Amino acid sequence: MKTARENTEKSNIDEATVMGAILSAIRNYNLEVPPDRRIPETSEAPLFGRHGTLDSLGLVNLIVMVEEQFQDVHDRAITLADERAVSQERSPFRNVPSLAAYICLLLNEGNHG
Amino acid sequence: MAEHQVLLVTGARKGIGRHLAEHYTASGYLVVGCSREPSEYQHENYRHFSLDVAEEPGVLALFGEIRKTYGRLDVLINNAGIASMNHVLLTPIRTVKRILDTNVVGTFLFSREAAKLMRKRKHGRIVNFSSVATPLKLPGEAIYAASKAAIVHLTKVMAFELASFGITVNAVGPTPVKTDLVRSVPPFKMDALIARQAVPRWGEFRDISNVVDFFLKPESDFVTGQVLHLGGISND
Repeated sequence: MKTARENTEKSNIDEATVMGAILSAIRNYNLEVPPDRRIPETSEAPLFGRHGTLDSLGLVNLIVMVEEQFQDVHDRAITLADERAVSQERSPFRNVPSLAAYICLLLNEGNHG
Repeated sequence: MAEHQVLLVTGARKGIGRHLAEHYTASGYLVVGCSREPSEYQHENYRHFSLDVAEEPGVLALFGEIRKTYGRLDVLINNAGIASMNHVLLTPIRTVKRILDTNVVGTFLFSREAAKLMRKRKHGRIVNFSSVATPLKLPGEAIYAASKAAIVHLTKVMAFELASFGITVNAVGPTPVKTDLVRSVPPFKMDALIARQAVPRWGEFRDISNVVDFFLKPESDFVTGQVLHLGGISND
């Protein structure tokens, strides 16, 4: 089993990879929900909030699926349920670009195994 | 069982956790156990990991390994727990934090990560450990009883939050069992405690696995958010 230190020493994941992981998670999410609840599979798609299609349970599912993408495809354990995620005035979960920026921030901090 | 189910039990090196590891490997589960120290238990369907249940990086690495190796988790038994017999006025904060970390933070952390894995198959069973120390409000066990009260509430709230993922969350509340947990408690105190039970005897390992068996049954998918105390002790 790898230690957290071994994991953080892995090469950095770039923004395009982060975006790809989010879009893969959205595709997986869309396979599980009825057509009227699907998220547009685009890099600008709104997710949660005024313009988003996700309800709170849908958001939980999508977040877990994004975490799974990083774990399964990139071998990186990332926890998106950071305190800042719920306390930020402008939620990082409002659309795909804001989520991508938030994940890049977490990865760059280097504290996620 | 047509396909091996995967069961994770914390605090598996000795006592109740060791019994559960043996009981469920014998029942056909693939069992993953963990504890701070390595285990001597050897079985072809048992794997052991050494970690602190309240340390997030190690726990995340453990779940990563379960995902890679088995791709599923069907059952989590949050058995790991510690106690300390102390008067409130003589309880160091270090002890308070240690008990809350292992008992409450550990249960929360494992449940959170387990639910992520169980969500995929829309099926899962989480069994937590409360204690009769909570309903009996045992003097000398303030922090331990408080930590177990927190687990009762975690169990009830998680039952609601995780129901839509097909996950049940229940707890068993054992009476004293002859393990290391109660070894330092004076015998007269244990006798007085056991005398308060409807069935005044020491608990056995099988009493606990019997309740866990019930929570794990496929037919128990309508049983969630429940705390089942042994020996006739109740929450009221």
